[in-house]
Amino acid sequence: MDIVVCIKRVPATDTTIKIAADGKSIEPAGVSFELNAYDEFALEQALRIKEQLGSGTVTVVTIGSKDAQKELRDTLARGADKAVLLTTDQWVFDGASTAAALAAWIKSVPCNLVLCGRQAVDSDNNQLPANLAARLGFACVTEVAKLELADGTFTAERDIEGAREVVTCKTPAVISCQKGLNEPRYANLKGIMAAKKKPLEEAAASLPAPALEIVSLTLPPARAAGKILGTGVDAVPALIAALRDEAKVL
Amino acid sequence: MSNIVVIAEVRGGQLKRTSLEAVTAGLQLAQKSGGKVIAVACGAGLDAAAAELAKSGVHKVVAVDGPTFANYSGDAYARAIAEQVKAAAATAVLMVHTAMGKDLLPRVSALLEGSVVTDVVEVSCDGGTFGARKPVFAGKATMTVNAKKAPFCATLRPNNFAAAEGSGSAEVSKTAPPAGDLLSVVKEVIASSGGRTPLQEAKVVVSGGRGLKEAAHFKLVEDLVAAFGPGVAAVGASRAVVDAGWRPHREQVGQTGKVVSPPLYIAIGISGAIQHLAGMRTARTIVAINKDADAPIFKVADYGIVGDAFEIVPALTKAIAEIVAGK
Repeated sequence: MDIVVCIKRVPATDTTIKIAADGKSIEPAGVSFELNAYDEFALEQALRIKEQLGSGTVTVVTIGSKDAQKELRDTLARGADKAVLLTTDQWVFDGASTAAALAAWIKSVPCNLVLCGRQAVDSDNNQLPANLAARLGFACVTEVAKLELADGTFTAERDIEGAREVVTCKTPAVISCQKGLNEPRYANLKGIMAAKKKPLEEAAASLPAPALEIVSLTLPPARAAGKILGTGVDAVPALIAALRDEAKVL
Repeated sequence: MSNIVVIAEVRGGQLKRTSLEAVTAGLQLAQKSGGKVIAVACGAGLDAAAAELAKSGVHKVVAVDGPTFANYSGDAYARAIAEQVKAAAATAVLMVHTAMGKDLLPRVSALLEGSVVTDVVEVSCDGGTFGARKPVFAGKATMTVNAKKAPFCATLRPNNFAAAEGSGSAEVSKTAPPAGDLLSVVKEVIASSGGRTPLQEAKVVVSGGRGLKEAAHFKLVEDLVAAFGPGVAAVGASRAVVDAGWRPHREQVGQTGKVVSPPLYIAIGISGAIQHLAGMRTARTIVAINKDADAPIFKVADYGIVGDAFEIVPALTKAIAEIVAGK
C-alpha cells in the first residue's frame, strides 16, 4: 500500500502566543516549533500498516516554509521512506486552499491511503482530512481512535457525543488520527543516521487563490483576577454563596 | 439576496438540540444578507425532526429521507447536501461543530469549492461578505476572517448561540437520497455506559488533575458531577492524568483534548498548565480547588479555595446535592 502522511510544523503547545505588529499573525521570535502532536499518531499508524502488510511505501508531505525540513527529517528518522516539502512563505491557515494544494499533489503520486492528524494545533480547524477526501473522491473516517485493516477493509472507531461509532471503508481512503490510536515511536540513532540518506524533495505548493483572508488576530481578553475565598472546608459555604448569589450558576 | 443553508443533525430520528443553535446563527446571517434560511436534514424517518425544524423559525425544511441514509455516511450525506445548497442558491452553509459537523461540512465545502472555517463563535455578514471569528491555538488567540469564496461554510462551537425557539410553520419538502455508492458506512453506534453527558454540551464541567494522586480518587469528581443531577455535569481531566492512563482521552480538556466553555467549570487538583488553561478559559465561571496557593489555575479562577481536595470536595458535593434536592 502506498501511504501518504500529511504533517504540519506548529508552535509547541507550551508556547505563549504574542501577536505580531501586523495584527494578523503571531510574533515568531522566541517560539519553538514542533511536529503537530496528532500527526505523530498518523505517522505511527502508517508505519504499522506497512509493517503489517510487509510491503508498501510511506511518504510524508507538508506545506510550509523551508524550516519544516527539520520536522520532515524527523519523520524520516522514525521510519518514513520519503519526504516532500511543498513550499510557501504564508501561514497555512486557509483549510480549503491547503486541501486543494495537497489534493493536486496527491493526484500526481501513487497513493491508496492518506493519514493525517485530526487537526493542527495552530489553526485548530479539524477540517483538512474530510475536505481532502472529498476532493480526491476517497472514502474518509475522521478522528479515529482505533483502526484495524483486514482483507482490504478498514474498521475504524471514533468517539461521537455520548457514543462510539464503528465505521468501515475500503481504499482509497483518508483517515484522520485521534490521540489514543497508538503509541508513537521516536527516532533512534540508527534511524537518524539512515534519514540523512533518504530523499527529501521540494517543490512549490500550488495554492489556489485564497478562500479566506485574515482580518485580525487578537489575544482573548484577560480574565479579571479572582478571589481566594479561604482555605479548607470552612470556605465551602462562601463558595456556594458566591456561585448562587454572585455568579448565579446554581 | 443570499440564502443560508443550516444543516441539522439527526441521530436515530431525533433532532440534536444543538442544531437549533445553528438555526439562530442562520437567522442572524439571513437578516443581514436579506436571504432565507433553509434547514436540510439527512436520515431515515425524519418526519418528527422535520416538524420540529419547521417550527424553529426557518423559512423551509428539506428532509433527504430514505433507508440508505439510516446510518451516517459522510461522503453520501455530503453529496446530498451539496445538491440542496445548489438548489437553494445558498451562499452560506452552517452546522454545529459536533463529531458529525466536523466530518461533514468540510466535504460539502470541498464539493462546492467554497471556503471553510470551523469552531466559530461569531458569524457576520457585512456588505455581502461573510465573516467569522474563531479561537486558534486552542483559545490562546482569536482569529477573525472574511470569506473570499462562496459558499462560506462554517461550523459553530456548541453552547455559544442560543437555541432557536420559534413558533413558525415552514414548508417541509421531502426528497429521496441521491443514488450512488456509499464509500464509508457506520456499522454500529455503541452508546457509552450510564448515559454520560457529553463534555462539550455539559452545563457544568468538573475536572480532576494529578492532585487527586491516583485514578481511584476520581470518585470524588464523579460524585460531585452526580450531585448536579442527571444530564447537567460531565467529568473532565487534565492531560497529565490522561497520559497516565487514569482517564480516557475523550475527557481531556486542553490543547490536545477538548475546548469547553460551560457556564461553570470546577478544577480540582489541577495546577493549570498553559495547555489546560487554553481549553477552559472561556468558561463563564471558574472555580479552582488546589493545595498550592501559587498554582497558575488561581490566576484564571473566579473563585478559589486553597486546601486539601479530599476534605473540600465531599463538603462541596454535599452542599450542591442539598441545593439540587431543594429545587
